[in-house]
Amino acid sequence: MSHVIATVLRHEFRNLRSNRGVLFAGLAMLVITESVLRLTGTAPRALVTMLNLVLLLVPLVAILFGVISWHASREFNELLLAQPVRRRALFAGLYLGLVAPLAAAFALGLLLPFLLHRAVKPESLPLLLTTLGSGVALTFVFGGLALLIGVRVDDRLRGVALALAAWLLLTVVYDGLVLMVATTFADYPLERPMLLLTLFNPVDLARTLIVMQSDMAALMGYTGAVMNRFLGSLLGTAIAVAGLVIWILIPAWAGRRAFERRDF
Amino acid sequence: MTTVPTIPRTPLVQVRALTKAYGRRQVLQGIDLDVARGAVTAVIGPNGAGKTTLNKTLLGLVRPDGGTVHFDGLDTAGEIAHRARIGYMPQAARFPENFSARDVLTLLADLRGSARSRNEDLVTAFTLEAFLDQPVRALSGGQRQRLNAAAAFLFTPDLLLLDEPTAGLDPVASGVLKDKIREVRDAGRAVLITSHVLSELEEFTDVVVFLHEGRVRYAGALDALRRRTGASTLEQAIAQLMRAEVPLTARDREVPA
Repeated sequence: MSHVIATVLRHEFRNLRSNRGVLFAGLAMLVITESVLRLTGTAPRALVTMLNLVLLLVPLVAILFGVISWHASREFNELLLAQPVRRRALFAGLYLGLVAPLAAAFALGLLLPFLLHRAVKPESLPLLLTTLGSGVALTFVFGGLALLIGVRVDDRLRGVALALAAWLLLTVVYDGLVLMVATTFADYPLERPMLLLTLFNPVDLARTLIVMQSDMAALMGYTGAVMNRFLGSLLGTAIAVAGLVIWILIPAWAGRRAFERRDF
Repeated sequence: MTTVPTIPRTPLVQVRALTKAYGRRQVLQGIDLDVARGAVTAVIGPNGAGKTTLNKTLLGLVRPDGGTVHFDGLDTAGEIAHRARIGYMPQAARFPENFSARDVLTLLADLRGSARSRNEDLVTAFTLEAFLDQPVRALSGGQRQRLNAAAAFLFTPDLLLLDEPTAGLDPVASGVLKDKIREVRDAGRAVLITSHVLSELEEFTDVVVFLHEGRVRYAGALDALRRRTGASTLEQAIAQLMRAEVPLTARDREVPA
């Protein structure tokens, strides 16, 4: 299994220089980070400014790029499946071959400007690393969702529409729904249900993680605010990290299961 | 002096009672088929007859609802080892746009490991040298199809599975492909080919399998089919079968030895 994963990954990284989608994503991240850093002047301000960018754009890029590139390589994947390889191993290779270069492009695009400007101070390091970790985790989550959609939906246009709907639901609609529930049942003790609802959204989990490393409570979403107040930072961080790991595992597992069972 | 290979008499592939449905549509309805060694077997039939599904079932890309596929005597259900002995040329030659032709061939070789020898002469035979290091996105349809063909022959497979192989190939590359198919056959290995271009198939086909609505309507030697139908060409013979002008007997559907 590891031979197949290593082989697919090696080829993906070897051909990265001509992978326009990944190069464009990395370059865009680099330009944005550089611009924000120049405008704000300090690392904490730049990172807080980039909070919503990481929470909105990184998932969008991962899920759209994932679905589109899956459909573009569907026939080639059939050729790979005709080789003496297990489906489980090939799926793992294709999944990591998609998300690892994207995550690397995001990480480099975010880190390089901070390193070049020597803007990383010990006090801003936790916030930088948490932003980095959250962006990488969201790339894995939405990359997994992209492959799940790609494997299950044959029609490319429907796949892209479904990907956009999933992104919109998790980044915008979900928080709106939570807020609606909170205002509707404002007379009831809602802290625990709110906390539970946060776990069902990877974007909220990432937001909570990042904000917990900053003192910008005003920027927190409603669910993030509840988690911070209710659990305190250490337990909240542990739960948010565990929640993100589960969010990475479930779409990837469901995608692999669909990949193993479907006809090509 | 050329040595004539000793060809085992048992078929390389034995398909029995193979069934497959997509929803309500029954695509394969109890297919029995033998793919002989040292012969070119052509699977022909109209669109929707089940040719591609049959090919994909042999490769494990499609899971049958019932029936068995044996490769060299071993049941292939849940197995992958036999695929190391198959060269597959799919109908659509689509490769990752950012890969070069060399990358595609190297990836396939790396996935297979070094278990089987590679036939590097194919790069020359299919004149791939000129564009071996160009990204696939820069290649023409014909160049991609030549790469597709080279990938199928690369590991000197015991079974060549070719799906509409000459589509998109220029006459020179098409001629090379036909020569390679004959070489494989003469070396005692098996070729299973599906194509709509019946006049081309006639040049090198030994066994004809005619599929219609998921069933084998005829399976036998090409000469026997011509005699049976009284037609001078394969095209005419198949046309007669499709118009059901030739009453078929149980023997016509027997798997040829």
